[in-house]
Order: sequence, then C-alpha cells, then structure tokens
Amino acid sequence: MSLRNTLASATALSLVMGAGAFAEEITVATVNNADMIVMQELAPQWEEATGNTINWVVLEENVLRQRTTQDISTNGGSFDIMFIGAYETPIWGANGWLEPLNDFADDESYDLDDIFQLVRNGLSDTDGNLYAVPLYSETSFTYYRTDVFDEKGIAVPEGQPTYEEFKEMAAAAHDPDNGIYGTCQRGKAGWGENMAFVGTMANAFGARWFDMEWQPQLDSQEWNNAITYYVDLMQNYGPPGSSSNGHNENRALFKDGKCATWVDATSAATDVKNPDTSSVADVTDFFKAPQQVTDKGTGWFWSWALAIPASSQKKDVAKDFLKWATSKEYFELVGETKGWVAVPSGTRQSVEEDPRRLEAAPFAATIVDAILSVDPADPTAEPVPYTGVQFVAIPEFQGIGNYVGQQVAAALAGQQSVEEALANSQQFAVREMTKAGYIK
Amino acid sequence: MARAISTKRKSVNTAIAGTLGFLMFFPILWILILSFKTEEDAIRAPLQILFDSGWTLDSFAAVQARSDYFKHFSNSVIISVGSTLIGLMIAIPAAWSMAFVPSKNTKNVLMWMLSTKMLPPVGVLVPIYLIFRDTGLLDSRFGLTIVLTLMNLPIIVWMLYTYFKEIPGEILEAARMDGASLREEVLYVLTPMAIPGMASTVLLNIILAWNEAFWTLNLTAAKAAPLTAFIASYSSPEGLFYAKLSAASIMAIAPILIMGWFSQKQLVRGLTFGAVK
Repeated sequence: MSLRNTLASATALSLVMGAGAFAEEITVATVNNADMIVMQELAPQWEEATGNTINWVVLEENVLRQRTTQDISTNGGSFDIMFIGAYETPIWGANGWLEPLNDFADDESYDLDDIFQLVRNGLSDTDGNLYAVPLYSETSFTYYRTDVFDEKGIAVPEGQPTYEEFKEMAAAAHDPDNGIYGTCQRGKAGWGENMAFVGTMANAFGARWFDMEWQPQLDSQEWNNAITYYVDLMQNYGPPGSSSNGHNENRALFKDGKCATWVDATSAATDVKNPDTSSVADVTDFFKAPQQVTDKGTGWFWSWALAIPASSQKKDVAKDFLKWATSKEYFELVGETKGWVAVPSGTRQSVEEDPRRLEAAPFAATIVDAILSVDPADPTAEPVPYTGVQFVAIPEFQGIGNYVGQQVAAALAGQQSVEEALANSQQFAVREMTKAGYIK
Repeated sequence: MARAISTKRKSVNTAIAGTLGFLMFFPILWILILSFKTEEDAIRAPLQILFDSGWTLDSFAAVQARSDYFKHFSNSVIISVGSTLIGLMIAIPAAWSMAFVPSKNTKNVLMWMLSTKMLPPVGVLVPIYLIFRDTGLLDSRFGLTIVLTLMNLPIIVWMLYTYFKEIPGEILEAARMDGASLREEVLYVLTPMAIPGMASTVLLNIILAWNEAFWTLNLTAAKAAPLTAFIASYSSPEGLFYAKLSAASIMAIAPILIMGWFSQKQLVRGLTFGAVK
C-alpha cells in the first residue's frame, strides 16, 4: 500500500513538474489604452488554456517607444512581445530586429487574408515580409455637431469638403460667447501630436516632406500655405491656448460640447458616441477629413500592432499568444464579453461586416471606408521616396517631426511667424538628413 | 543682540510662508481630490470637480485590480532601503577618512565625487544597459539596488562628511587613547554622535531612491519594477485615465509622504546641520 502511494505521489509530482517545465512566462510591453486593457482582462483565458503566464509591462506611449527601442536595438531581450505602431514596424523589421510572421499565412484557422490588405502592407517591409499583426487601425475624419450645424444653418458636406469650405463651417459655428468654438485641432508639439494633423493637412495642400532626392521641402510654398491656413484657422476659430491641446484635451473639449468640429482619430468615435462618457453622443456625426488641392493623404493611417523582437527566447509561445490575441475568436470574445462596440476597429473584414458589430456601432462602416481610402504608399500629390501618410518611415523622422512640431506650435502661439517656423524647420531637416547621409 | 520682530511683520511672514506652502502642496492636494472622482468627473471644470461631483473609491479599486500594487511596493522598499544601506556601508568609512585624516587631495576627491552627479544619466544609459544585459542584471532588484547606490553615493558621502566635520576630533583621539580600535572608534564613538545627521541622510536617500524614475523605468520590465513603473502604466496620451493616474500616484507617494511626515523634524535638523555656526 505504502509503495503504491509512493508511486502514485511520484507520478503526480512528475506530471506537475513536467507541466511546469513546459509552461513559459512571457513579458508583453504595451501602451495604456482601452483595447489593451480589454486584452489584459481577457488574457487569463489564454493563460488557463495553455498553462503559460504573461507579465504585462504597461507604459505611456512615448516612454514605451523609448524603452522598447532601447531594448530591441541593444538586443536586450527584456520583452517577448512588443506593442508597436505602423511607424516602427517596417523600420525595425528591415533592421532584422523583429521576428517575421510570414508563417501566419499557413494557418488556415487564423485566416491572415481576413486582415485588411492595407493594414498588412503598413506592417510589412518593402519585400512584403510581415513583422507585426494588428490589433486595431485608425485614420482621421471630421467629427461635427449636428445640432450646431442645424442651428447655424450650416450645410453638411456630401462628400469630402475642401479646407476652405471647412474654414467657412468653423467660422459660421464659432460662438465663443455661448461656449462653442468653431474647431478644435491638435496644437501640442510632437510628431505624434500636432504633426499628425498638420502633416495630413500639408498633404492636402500639396506639400511633401522630401522630394525624390530626399531634399527637405519645408520651405516650399505649399507648406507655407498649409501652416498659414492652420494658424489662421486656430487663432480665429479655435479655443484659447490651443497650442497646448493634444488629442486628449480636444477629446475632452469635444465631449464636453465645446467644439463644433474636430478632425482627429477614428478610434475616439466609440468614446464620443458613448452616452455614458460623452455629453454630445447623440448629436455627433462624421464626414471625411477635408482635402484642398489633392485628396491624397488627407486622413492619416495608424495601426497598433503586436510584434516579437528577434531577441526573445520564447518566440513559439509569443507567436501562440499573438495568434490568439488577433484571431477571429478573440474579436468574438471581446464582442460577447465587452460588447460589440468595444471590438477593436479597422483590422478584420469579417468583424467589420458582422451584423452584431454594425448594429452596436453604426458608425463602424464609415470608419472602415475612411481607413480603406488611405494609401501610405502614395500619400502626396507629387511623388515621394517614402511611405507613410502623417509620418515618413525613416528613423530620422522622429527627431525632424518633433522639431517641426515645436516650430509650428510656436507659430500658433504667436511666438514667431510662419515663415520663421518653416525656415527653422527646413534648416534643421537639411542638417539632419545631411548627417544621416541621405543628401550631401 | 537679537533683532525685535514686530507682531505685524510676524503675521505677514506667516501669511507669505503659509501661502507658499499651500501653493507647493496644491498639486498633491489636487491629485488627492481627483483620485476620489470618476474619470468623467476628473476632466470637468475645477469648480464642478470640487462642488458638483460625487466621491468614489472606484479608481483605487480599478488600479488594484489591474496592477499588483504590493509587488511594486515591495520592490520600491527593497531597492530604496537596500541602496541606502549599502551606500552607508561604503560612505561611513569614506567620510570618516576625509573628515578626520584628510590628505591634500581630499577636497579634490570630494569635488570629483560630486562631479559624477553633473553628468546627465542618459549619457551612460546605453553602456550601463549593455553591462546589465551581459551580466543578466536587467529587470533584477539587485542590479537596480547597485545602480541606485552608485547614483546616490556622492550625496551620502557629502552629507556624512559635513556631519562628521562638526564632531571634534579630540573626542575620537580620547577614545583612541583609551585603547579603542578603529572599528570601535567608528562604531561606538563616532556613529552615536552622528546619529541625527545619519538619520537625515538615510531618510533623504530613501526618498531619492523611492522617487527615482529614470533608471527604474529603463532597467526594469516586469519583475523588479517599483512604484515609479506602477504610476507610468496609468499615463496615456490617448484615452482618459486622470482619475486612475491620480489614484496610482497617491498610492505610490503615500508611504513616503507618511514617512516624511513623521520624520520631518530629523530631516530639517539634518539638512540645516552645520548651516549656521
């Protein structure tokens, strides 16, 4: 009896130890946003099913970008999965810092083709190697207040208005005495803040960051027209202190009923249209971001995606989690547990066409249309050597974009003229591009 | 003869000091208020936040549900106390030798130690990161404790040196004449006399290590992350997390605030020690 017990115990122990030996612990670095919070809440289901565990490292977007860049460029191996954007993915992939995910196409149940081609392109290098799988994608469009437009007799544009028409709408709606500003746009400096909006607006005005020889074009007439328009629009019809307003501040202002129009991320629509969190949920609708001399690159393209650094020692487990977290089943799980309005948008065709999704979020089709009309490979009126709508997918862009963002914010705050801002920007961009060897 | 200060002057001085104190404390007070609000209330106009919204513990509950506060807290305690104790073990003998047996280069050594604080930390980030990677110290409490010890060592040495200089060398000489060894002299004579100064050094360094955010964010991932990383996880440029960020901040600063409150007498005494002769 005693021998039998001993054997049974030994068998049980070896099974437990065996299971323990296969169970892995992976570390996921991510940003703090609504979709990732949902993923954190649902991930225990994957942990339970596989026996693996996840350590979450949640950081603010800029801190995360700096931290993951530092780790991946030094082959640090601190993270097994990183939540990165459409800007980093092609650059890091081309550097060999990310594990290619081409084999996801072989898994029929994953159905890689169900993920929008445009989004996959944005997360691949020029040779078509896929380096990250998207959780959600966004573009920009115009939020407007139907009640204000009705009250002021402003006609809602049928298609895509021009920026000149947009200014007329903002002027007609501007009523600061009654707490309504004609338009709220990003003014806070940063390549991911004011330059996201300003960059798409510059595209609309026919501007481009570089010509085909990588010569900076910031002193061109097109850039001057765009920034002059932007400063004029914001100084006349924007809220006070708009040079310090970023996405969050404008979102709060719009939801509080202070803005008649707002051109910003489609991902905020769920929040703005939620009556529990927004005072203007029932009186907000959307139209496309304006065009001017061209309709190319007038709405930005961004995707938050999951990637595996080449330095990870647990690539197989990481891949398994990546597949689960971006699978049809995961989106279904989010829909069933958190509501179909909370499902990450702009990623899977089957999800966007699901009647449950369309019923819960009638604006979802508008968002998908807007996303699919963007082409990061052809973002400007004149030809360019780069991809990216509101950014240029080269490592030097972060520094240049941030600097130009500061100059534009200073012009908006009235600290310098538009000409000075653009002259400084051009000088800086020429210096950086020369230093990096693009131009002589 | 002491100068007489009129009651009116005293009142004005008190009012100015009180106002300045309130202004300095106001950000913490505002964070405290926001931490008891919902996310929707936290972004309303200040007067509405104060008088036209309810109070709730939801943000604290949400923060605790999403993050393991006690893991981050224990990491903060181990790292800050550990680095201070190791720092003291190195700094006491160093300060003793510089205070009681100075050489002609003592002043230069002191200045050289201080000069290491003048280098921006980011300047040595990559070399230290690579050393940590190669020695397996990334995301370890031991590694972080060593880095924070090295970061704060110049301050500990300087503070102890200042306090030791106030102690008459004749007392140590008398101990030596009575047959005390060097170890006994430092342990039983010097240390007890320098207790107030050492207490304030310990407190100040725990606070510095507790609040250190550059190295603690850059050298940790999940296992060794202290409360600074806990706060950072609630900051976001997209989405509203002001109430949760405030709750996380209050949870992170509360222990050090309470410790500072109870030890403020020693802190002030230690920091002003030797300032007026």
